[in-house]
Amino acid sequence: MNKPNERKLTIARAMAEAVQQEMQMDPSVFVMGEDIGALGGVYGNTRGLLEEFGSERIRDTPISETAFIGAAVGAAQDGMRPVVELMFVDFFGVCFDAIYNLMAKNTYFSGGNFKVPMVLMTSTGGGYSDAGQHSQCLYGTFAHLPGMKVVCPSNAYDAKGLMTAAMRDDSPVVYMYHKSLQGMGWLATEPGATVHTPEESYTVEIGKANVVREGSDVTIVSLGMGVHNALKAAAQMEADGVSAEVIDLVSLVPLDRDTIRASVAKTGRLIVVDEDYMSYGVSGEIIASVTEHDISVLKAAPKRVAYPDVPIPYARVMEQFCLPNPEKIVAAYQSMNAA
Amino acid sequence: MTPTRDEQHWMYRNMVTSRKLEETIAGIYFEGKTPVFSMADGPIPGEMHLSDGQEPVAVGVCAHLNPDDVVTATHRPHHQAIAKGVDLDKMVAEIFGKTTGLSGGRGGHMHLFDPDVNFACSGIIAQGMGPAVGAALSRQMQKKPGVAVAFVGEGAVNQGGWHEAMNLAATWNLPFVCVIEDNDWGISVAKEDSTAVANNADRAAAYGIPGVRVADNDPYAIYAAAGEAIARARDGKGPSLIEVETYRLAGHFMGDAEGYRPEGEKDALFEKDPIPKMRAKMLADGMATEAELETIEAESAARVEAAIKFARESADPAPEDALTAVFA
Repeated sequence: MNKPNERKLTIARAMAEAVQQEMQMDPSVFVMGEDIGALGGVYGNTRGLLEEFGSERIRDTPISETAFIGAAVGAAQDGMRPVVELMFVDFFGVCFDAIYNLMAKNTYFSGGNFKVPMVLMTSTGGGYSDAGQHSQCLYGTFAHLPGMKVVCPSNAYDAKGLMTAAMRDDSPVVYMYHKSLQGMGWLATEPGATVHTPEESYTVEIGKANVVREGSDVTIVSLGMGVHNALKAAAQMEADGVSAEVIDLVSLVPLDRDTIRASVAKTGRLIVVDEDYMSYGVSGEIIASVTEHDISVLKAAPKRVAYPDVPIPYARVMEQFCLPNPEKIVAAYQSMNAA
Repeated sequence: MTPTRDEQHWMYRNMVTSRKLEETIAGIYFEGKTPVFSMADGPIPGEMHLSDGQEPVAVGVCAHLNPDDVVTATHRPHHQAIAKGVDLDKMVAEIFGKTTGLSGGRGGHMHLFDPDVNFACSGIIAQGMGPAVGAALSRQMQKKPGVAVAFVGEGAVNQGGWHEAMNLAATWNLPFVCVIEDNDWGISVAKEDSTAVANNADRAAAYGIPGVRVADNDPYAIYAAAGEAIARARDGKGPSLIEVETYRLAGHFMGDAEGYRPEGEKDALFEKDPIPKMRAKMLADGMATEAELETIEAESAARVEAAIKFARESADPAPEDALTAVFA
């Protein structure tokens, strides 16, 4: 139920609205990808755009990610501002050369003389038994490689503002949206992702984290779907008299280390929640960002609630066993204090 | 379609300049690398892929291009860069890794980027295809003039991305031309051992577009084929595919002993060196006088020497400049 003056949108609609408004203002913006035209995107994030802008600017592609992502690089270097969709982030395997050797490096290799203003939007996340080629997050994989900004909204307000900011950025931005937050016809949606979203165009700063819940006993850092798990865990912990602060990273590149460090300096405890694989990834980077800066702020060893280092299984009980959830976060906090 | 007298002079000048550059680099490359060869040493470190023998492809195609047209080149890009009009001083300085280079030393010889003439390259096989197709799409969408040409080697056609890009260009009827420089060797693997068809222009049938093969590294035939393809693209009639039989007179890279090449193959190729052949033809056809050609040769040599001097005298980048220009 909407409150007065409240305009709740799903992330899918927020993304589409951001693209629509930018395309109305900027003729260099166009969208390319598989099934983004008549279908409106597998995740609904280009719905309605074909009808308004036509097939020239809302451009269905062949199933040729290497070609159309590479083409987006060439178009971006030639003055356009393409938004391209990689339908599932898992499909990066067929086209990563175009992403990390072209899109991410041409600005540097040209000494800044070529700009590559493009957005690569891609879906992440599992929990719906689609198995290990359609359920990964791979946040750390993209964030690890220099030359790409990486953002990941947890709600529709940020989704719209980040998309507008990404389209206006002169550097390539990887825009990673979680299927369970998206609000589309074929998968249940986390209700907390569908929030008030202003109608007018606005930007959300890339590289700025949000403290989405204030607390004093522990800092829980996450992104995307993990933010909602963290907020649910914080609510449970509050019933036990524990005050948890929750940080939504919003962006992985640039990473807002200052906001994380300031929070942990206050709480003394750190839990990182990440649906991406545990090892060599986001969770380790967040912990290192705190410990290499000032390890003395920690009252307990940091904890990680992340996906174990296994491919994502199909069977529901197996996948759910592996995924982060609020109970695992609460247990992580309890184990910190038991030590 | 035959090149005019002026065009022939332009083609010859760029071929000679390119060859002179490669010969000069080949000499400098071994500075600091003896008595024990290490690629990491000397004023020009790293891999070096020289284009000796492949000059006709670059000039035959680029004779039809304007600065506004887009070219993507390969790991062996010097002849293509010169023919496209890339600033020679900055290009050589980039090869030397100097702060005055095209990219301030961040790219090196496999990553030459000159926005003034819309030239870019990549060290990965077939990778220039997507960006060239995208530039062609950009021109089509903006209704701006200009064509995009991707130069690739014959080995590139066996990459999946090559096929994807060809299909995309044909499906969208883009102003794009793919030019295959067939030097018969993918490093050490001969074309016949890697490629299912002898004539890669036959592959054009898979995209419903024109495909032609040019024999014998002939700059005049390349000029004619490229002229037709580029005019077609400019007229909105879509992409074309050209394969040129060319000669790799150098190794894959400097230091390549080339033990894989059959005995006598390179000697036979040097007999067919396209530069003296074009020189003789221009004289025979009355398209140039001996004095004119000697002037072109002297000016080309002087131009290269000036660029080398500029590069040698330029400063190294500040080491910490490595940390800049990651983002726009």
